[in-house]
Amino acid sequence: MDLRASPRQFANMPHDSHDHPHSLLPSDPELRVKALETLLVAKGLVDPAALDEIIETYSHKIGPANGATVVARAWTDPAFLQALRDDATEAVREMGFFGRQGEHIVAVENSAETHNMVVCTLCSCYPWPLLGIPPGWYKSDAYRARAVREPRAVLKEFGVTLPETTAVRVWDSTAEVRYLVIPERPAGTEGLDAAALAALVSRDAMIGTALVAAP
Amino acid sequence: MTRPHDMGGRFGDGPVQPEPEDVKFHADWHARAMALTVAAGATGLWSIDDSRRARESLAPKDYAAFAYYEKWIAGLADLLVEKGAASVDEMSGAVAPARATEGRVLMAPQVAPALAKGAPADRPSEIAQAFQPGDSVVTRRAAGNTLVKGGHTRLPLYAAGVQGEVLRYHGTHVLPDANAHGFGDRAEPLYAVAFRAGDLWAHPEHPEDSVVVDLWQSYLSPAR
Repeated sequence: MDLRASPRQFANMPHDSHDHPHSLLPSDPELRVKALETLLVAKGLVDPAALDEIIETYSHKIGPANGATVVARAWTDPAFLQALRDDATEAVREMGFFGRQGEHIVAVENSAETHNMVVCTLCSCYPWPLLGIPPGWYKSDAYRARAVREPRAVLKEFGVTLPETTAVRVWDSTAEVRYLVIPERPAGTEGLDAAALAALVSRDAMIGTALVAAP
Repeated sequence: MTRPHDMGGRFGDGPVQPEPEDVKFHADWHARAMALTVAAGATGLWSIDDSRRARESLAPKDYAAFAYYEKWIAGLADLLVEKGAASVDEMSGAVAPARATEGRVLMAPQVAPALAKGAPADRPSEIAQAFQPGDSVVTRRAAGNTLVKGGHTRLPLYAAGVQGEVLRYHGTHVLPDANAHGFGDRAEPLYAVAFRAGDLWAHPEHPEDSVVVDLWQSYLSPAR
């Protein structure tokens, strides 16, 4: 294919030529990102300060602490738990957690009968406003390929062994609905307030690859 | 009828490697690639369905070889040219970049409000809800996009041609099969459909385990 022809030749994908435009960039990924940033800034399409702000946001401001607050409140506030069941998107929006990659939220509750676990086999869909950006393992081929077929084997790799009396339900996030696992509240935590409970809730517990242990 | 991203159920990938919560990025360029993709997406020149389609349209050997954020960058570069936002000569450095004539620019002070606003995918639709929770349905036998050969779809191959049960109704949502190819939203009813592990896999781990997949109404037929 002659890449110098009109860009319109790339309309109506898919194109299965090996001459994808990305191959025109440097092959080293670090240089490739730099080249693309330079191009987009020069074209006036991207503000470099906005990139810093996005990185700062997902490095320090939006992360699993948000989801842990939701879980702890679900454990301690029956009216909130009901609101979460009725319309989780609205319930977490009222706590200030809404936005990119979290526009439609469903909370799934673990119990002795059912253990929920979340994956995105087709890409890496994840509830960003509640958990931040997904961890490397969540985006890995191994997790995407295996979580649906052998969730119990995957759980063992996280140190979790479920009893035979607990069924595993794996949620494959194929649409714009994002799932938050509400882990079981550990026994012996009756005396803890919501803030102390939130501190017990790990990111992995809200994806469903960990349980919450008593302190 | 599939592309390399459609890997649910595949064998041979080895163990999952858990990692601590404070690891956000493994390299500075990963963070930069994420931010660049988010900022470029905010220009409004393409949709998230376009972005996913661009990444999964990488050659299988590239898809397998590229690191996660390398796929993002490759998809972004391909989309910029496809949507006319950059030329191949600008991409290769053969000519100096010209100022863009279309596309919104996300400035730093607007990052927080833009991220908080998000981009909801629910839309009104004329298509009536055909299924209720509890209904038995069967997914399309062929997992491909019916509008575009080799096109984007969200029916994973492992869940194609399988009987399941509607668990939840999510309302009417943008149909990625159409939106990823410039055919508009074509919103239709979206459901969470539960499949028994024994109906999906030759060697299910446990008879009571299940997989739930979000599926659009046009992917589904009533079970006989």
